[in-house]
Amino acid sequence: MNVLVCVKRVAMVGAKIVITPDGQDIDTRHLGFTISPHEECAIEEAVRIVEHHGGTVSVLTLGPSEAVEQLRDAAATGASRLLHLQGGEREWDPIATAQAIAEAVATREEADGAYDLILFGNEAPDTGDYQVGIRVAHLLGRPCVSGAKYLELSDGRAQVRREFRGGDEFFEFDLPGVVAVKEGINLPRYPSLPGRMRAKKATIDESEPRWREGALHKQRLSVPSTTRERAELLGTGVAAVPALLALLERLGVLA
Amino acid sequence: MSVLCLVEHDDEGVNDASLRALSFARRLGDSSGESLIAMCVGAASDNSVQVLGQYGVGELYPVNGAPFESFAPVAWAKALLELAAATSASAVVAAGTDRGNEVMAHAGALSGLTMVANCFEATRVDHETVHLTRQRWAGSLIEEARLEATTALLTVAFDGVDAEATSEPTQVSVHPFAPHIDEGDVAVRVAHFRARDAGVSLADARVVVGGGRGVGSAEGFAAIEELATLLGGAVGVSRAVTSLGWRPHSQQVGQTGTRITPDLYLVCGISGATQHLAGCQSAKHVVAINTDPDAPIIMRADYAVIGDLNEIVPALVDAIRART
Repeated sequence: MNVLVCVKRVAMVGAKIVITPDGQDIDTRHLGFTISPHEECAIEEAVRIVEHHGGTVSVLTLGPSEAVEQLRDAAATGASRLLHLQGGEREWDPIATAQAIAEAVATREEADGAYDLILFGNEAPDTGDYQVGIRVAHLLGRPCVSGAKYLELSDGRAQVRREFRGGDEFFEFDLPGVVAVKEGINLPRYPSLPGRMRAKKATIDESEPRWREGALHKQRLSVPSTTRERAELLGTGVAAVPALLALLERLGVLA
Repeated sequence: MSVLCLVEHDDEGVNDASLRALSFARRLGDSSGESLIAMCVGAASDNSVQVLGQYGVGELYPVNGAPFESFAPVAWAKALLELAAATSASAVVAAGTDRGNEVMAHAGALSGLTMVANCFEATRVDHETVHLTRQRWAGSLIEEARLEATTALLTVAFDGVDAEATSEPTQVSVHPFAPHIDEGDVAVRVAHFRARDAGVSLADARVVVGGGRGVGSAEGFAAIEELATLLGGAVGVSRAVTSLGWRPHSQQVGQTGTRITPDLYLVCGISGATQHLAGCQSAKHVVAINTDPDAPIIMRADYAVIGDLNEIVPALVDAIRART
């Protein structure tokens, strides 16, 4: 089973995001970088699939040169092939991103054979577009399910479970296919020391995808105004219970 | 020309997130003098039709038939695109729910059009341009952008838009719509659905009682559960709690969990990391119980009790029981 996981390098933002003076970006000078929790789970899921079925885990990222850090982190938890699409400092929109990924997949598959499964995180934490995986699936002509909280592969088929309004929906489709996963599908492991050593030496397959201008033009970023008053203190400890009860009555939530 | 909105509905009527999307879509239509029309899958009840009129829908296109008996994202996307073409829609809008985002992403992929997620304001500037305001980082950042599109595909950050009925309700005319769907369009569809234990769903709950690391253990959640039941609400938890394995991820509130829109969020022992606050930003009233008066959640809260939730919550449960 050959599995490809696509990830995106994003800043580790804290409680207060700082914008650059031109309003075009977030100020990342004092920030670390990571991938989203959904994507950490996607890598873990791929590693588990390969542990069970055999095969390889490849991880791909489109991003600046520094994004190889995220590829090495993935190698430390079990990815064996690392693909870096050199995206430079520009922001790639979901259409350009999906085209770059689909083209890279087609090139790699010609050399190495098809990926049985391509995994994505459900959405990127920064832009939250919810669509790169789905667009890649359409470009490759493969079935796609997003929001996966459970995934099982057997006999060339995938079964996916996801949550829908207090219940679970089940999908089934023939491989090869694309699945966008959500945090909660598993609990990712921590990288091992030998994994980290291996990751340092791992080779990275570099390529330069073609940039395409999108139809959405960012004009300005801003931080939402938080002119919130400090909370009204109802009291301390159990002595506050009568005030709390009165508040619940006032809000009309007591039957 | 019109603005077309996908409406999600069930036995209980039109979903709250769709009412918010309709409010957004109506304002977009108002900016260019275009009417609001809607598509739903499955017959809409008389009551739902009436509610859609209160939100300004002029025409409703219910889609029925075998391909739509269970949810198939590609079939829904194709139906929306075909209807958009037939009605010369200048925008197609859906709530930013799991389904809404998924269907609109397929619509974007099938049509080659740009799809912009997490919008909360949109104004048509001219035939080819829409001015958009949308959330990034789950609402921690706001982006203003210009979209060049004669047909804009947008999903709505439902926790950033209120559901507002129009002051001039419309008479809804209903036109059953039969799109062209191939077998391949339903290759990926819900094979079956399993309802989980009954109870209030977190996404729809009017009251959510939150528990975090401060609860101290998996067993400690019994009191939180009891309080949620007494208030007719659902339990929500922090990411720390699901990572520790105390509660299932389906109860996680936050950027990578569920985004909630309750009237009351009673949040106990959760410090309020950014990832968590992103999931509860539109809660109407936030009441925090926390030992740390400087925790970020206290800054977000409207009311606070400083102290140990493991003493306060059981006492509150007793006090509520004593009332009745």
